[in-house]
Amino acid sequence: MALLEIEDVTRRFGDFTAVDRVTLAIEAGEFFTLLGPSGCGKTTLLRMIAGFDLPDGGRILLNGQDLAGRPPEARPVRTVFQSYALFPHMTVEGNVAFPLKMAKTAPAEMGGKVAAALENVRLTGFGKRFPHELSGGQKQRVAIARALVTHPTMLLLDEPLAALDAKLREEMQIELINMQKEVGITFVYVTHDQTEALALSHRIAVMDRGHVEQLDAPSRIYSFPATRFVADFIGTCNLLTGPVVANAAGIVSVDVRGLGAVKVAASSSIAVGAQGAIALRPEKIALDAAAPETADNRFRGTVSDFLYHGDVTVYKVMTDAGTTLEALSANSAAGGTRFHEVGDAVGLSWPAAAGHFIAG
Amino acid sequence: MNRRGEGLGKWLVSGPPILYLLLFFAIPALIMVLASFRTPGEFGGLAPLIDEAGKPDVNVDSYVRFFTEPVYTQIFVKSFVYAVATTLLCLAIAYPLATLIARSSKRHRDLLLLLVILPFWSNFLIRVYAWMIVLGPQAALARMVNGLLGAFGAEPVSLLFSSFAVLICLVYVHLPFMVLPLYANLEKHDQALLDAAQDLGANAWQRFWRITFPLSLPGVYAGAALVFIPALGIFAIPDILGGPDDSLIGNVIKQQFLETRDWPFGSVLSIVLTVAALAFAGLAAWVGARSTRREASGA
Amino acid sequence: MRSFPARSRWLWAAAGAGYAFLYLPLVIVVVYSFNDSRLNAEWVGFTLDWYRKLAHNDEMQTAAANSLIIASVASLVSTVLGTMAGVAMYRYKTRLLPLLVLTPIAIPEILMGVSLLIFFVLLNFSLGLVSVALAHIAFCIGFVAIVVRARLSGMDETLTEAARDCGASPWQTFRYITLPLIMPGVIAGALMAFTLSIDDFVITFFTAGAGTITLPLQIYSMIKIAVTPEVNAVSTLLMLLTLILIVVATRVSPSLLRSNEENE
Repeated sequence: MALLEIEDVTRRFGDFTAVDRVTLAIEAGEFFTLLGPSGCGKTTLLRMIAGFDLPDGGRILLNGQDLAGRPPEARPVRTVFQSYALFPHMTVEGNVAFPLKMAKTAPAEMGGKVAAALENVRLTGFGKRFPHELSGGQKQRVAIARALVTHPTMLLLDEPLAALDAKLREEMQIELINMQKEVGITFVYVTHDQTEALALSHRIAVMDRGHVEQLDAPSRIYSFPATRFVADFIGTCNLLTGPVVANAAGIVSVDVRGLGAVKVAASSSIAVGAQGAIALRPEKIALDAAAPETADNRFRGTVSDFLYHGDVTVYKVMTDAGTTLEALSANSAAGGTRFHEVGDAVGLSWPAAAGHFIAG
Repeated sequence: MNRRGEGLGKWLVSGPPILYLLLFFAIPALIMVLASFRTPGEFGGLAPLIDEAGKPDVNVDSYVRFFTEPVYTQIFVKSFVYAVATTLLCLAIAYPLATLIARSSKRHRDLLLLLVILPFWSNFLIRVYAWMIVLGPQAALARMVNGLLGAFGAEPVSLLFSSFAVLICLVYVHLPFMVLPLYANLEKHDQALLDAAQDLGANAWQRFWRITFPLSLPGVYAGAALVFIPALGIFAIPDILGGPDDSLIGNVIKQQFLETRDWPFGSVLSIVLTVAALAFAGLAAWVGARSTRREASGA
Repeated sequence: MRSFPARSRWLWAAAGAGYAFLYLPLVIVVVYSFNDSRLNAEWVGFTLDWYRKLAHNDEMQTAAANSLIIASVASLVSTVLGTMAGVAMYRYKTRLLPLLVLTPIAIPEILMGVSLLIFFVLLNFSLGLVSVALAHIAFCIGFVAIVVRARLSGMDETLTEAARDCGASPWQTFRYITLPLIMPGVIAGALMAFTLSIDDFVITFFTAGAGTITLPLQIYSMIKIAVTPEVNAVSTLLMLLTLILIVVATRVSPSLLRSNEENE
């Protein structure tokens, strides 16, 4: 049985449906992420798990028990807020001890538990400081220590790293992964940053406008997006749309306007004539002066733009038939890679297995 | 937050203050309204609710009296005129004060504001008494004025116990109420607007009249309401500083309740005063809301 | 960055005249309290006689004691009720409460005085210290509520959610998190209520009845009957007390002066 079951949950605000009949299950011990753009309902869903909001329809079950009727203080679930929400009039120790105090922990035990919690987030010695004396990263860690000190069943994190600068964010991401592994508590993480979601999670639920578009492991979401929205939202993606013109031996041919026939490895059940799109990641396209003869898909084009990123270069190539494709080339240090200039004629190629067919 | 559990908590917290104010504010007000429909008692106060013949005591005699004896309407009009004059004078004096404070640096602003508020926090009677001294017949001001008048062969005047004394004290007592909302509004003005206007050739007066003043209108209305309404009901100032002709509606109400003891009639006067005050408050709020909306959509 | 406009001499002069207008009369009262002359007309010489007379004035002392008692009681009760009202107005958007709480402040004072007079007499409730205190509480609640509500709206909402999340019941949240954070506002409100009660004249005038005297009522009768610089002396002392209370209140809660700002 899953740790947390969200059954057919709906939440409306007037005319606006924030969460629309969402069903999903979260397993114990996993790092689960709700990912999506603003307004997709991920934060609303999180707040309903925490108890700050009530669903209009459906149930939320923790360990098989319906959470309805239980206020936030009665749920074994802790939240780490985006703004940290540290109590400004209490010291770090006071903040971390607060849940223990509410749980009527014996005063003799509190000191030890607080010290252990601070050690877990590597803030030993900061006990007597006040929140306004701490940096962003330190405040973040105090918030986590406070959330974990009573060993809750589940930890909810609402975009906790959004306010940190890029370098600190990366450090904290690694810390979070390690912490989750050590402590073993289930994390439910909310973010709009897809690179963060891909890096941290065991499984991701991609949400858009109140629906779950896809629920899967990061690699599968990346390589096999189930809908156009997911393909577009996660990383960059070339979406090649058109009707299916042939389906044989596990290879589907799609007639892409402005490009031509594109082959993709797909299920044999896809009917000829059906509409669809091929999601093709830029790094899967090989770009060279001339495309190899044996490639499943080969097209010629001219470089219209490129962006040098240091480790990779992104090329925008206008194919002879008219469509622009985005291709990614690693700039390896071996010196063997040739850089292409705007106006160069190049050949693009990729195998049929590189793309992913999305129906509809 | 949670929608359930709001019920009990809400009543626990808002209950006691609501109960207290219902008991000591709303119900007395209601009783006063009811009293306006009764007859005065033999020794003052109210006549018995049910008289010997078993008839309940309900009538509109007092209302009829108010509308048929012109002197009371005249006094209302006089109070109204005083209140309007007070408001305008307060506006004229408060505007430079509020402007100065709004344009000062943060450090000075608190001090300057405090200096405006402090006199307000002193006892109301002290402020009235102070003017008794300043305008007193032996004080420097009166002697100077009468000396001047004597030089032109005119009769000496008494500054005290006159309409002049009442008016100047009304202004004095209500001035902080005009300064604060005006300041709160002026503080938000964007200096860039004035700079742009100056760039386009407007002189100081034009900048004030066409930009600053219109933008400050919500503050002006708020201040006007805070001055006009209390000024309408004032009685202590005419009582202490006014002459026999300077009775305002507040004085008449006090007289009806404490001296003549005609409570029904006093209640009628109070109700008319309340209606006038609330009407004005409503008007000020409506005008204020309109100009805020216009500001929001236009700017 | 805002540039501050040049404050012309004209502005300084007009504002300066305004400040002078505000303070000159009060300064005269204070100065003449030390004047060795019965008439508040011109300076004769320095004396502390009037203060001595004050110290021996039994009526004045009773009046002062009454005022202090009423103010203490009124301040205490109206702070408790006003804080509850402020919290309720902020948290639950009810319509009735703001109406009840704010109307006493909006209407002319005489109306409340008069209606409470009728109320007490009809109930055969004798007019005295208690009736005055009850009346003061009624109009002080509004002031405290406004200050507390303003303080609450400057507070971070997520803190109460975080407290609930940590296992605190609504009451515990209020006691350990909200109350400490709004305490400066509560104290400032209490000080304001105290000052308002000590200084109140109109409402006290109608609800005190014949036998009870408070400081403002005593000053009033002195003004009407026989004006001596004793009035100046007691006025000066009262002003001093008020000054101290207000300065303390603004130190405790600096945003007291500015109703709209959500700093600190």
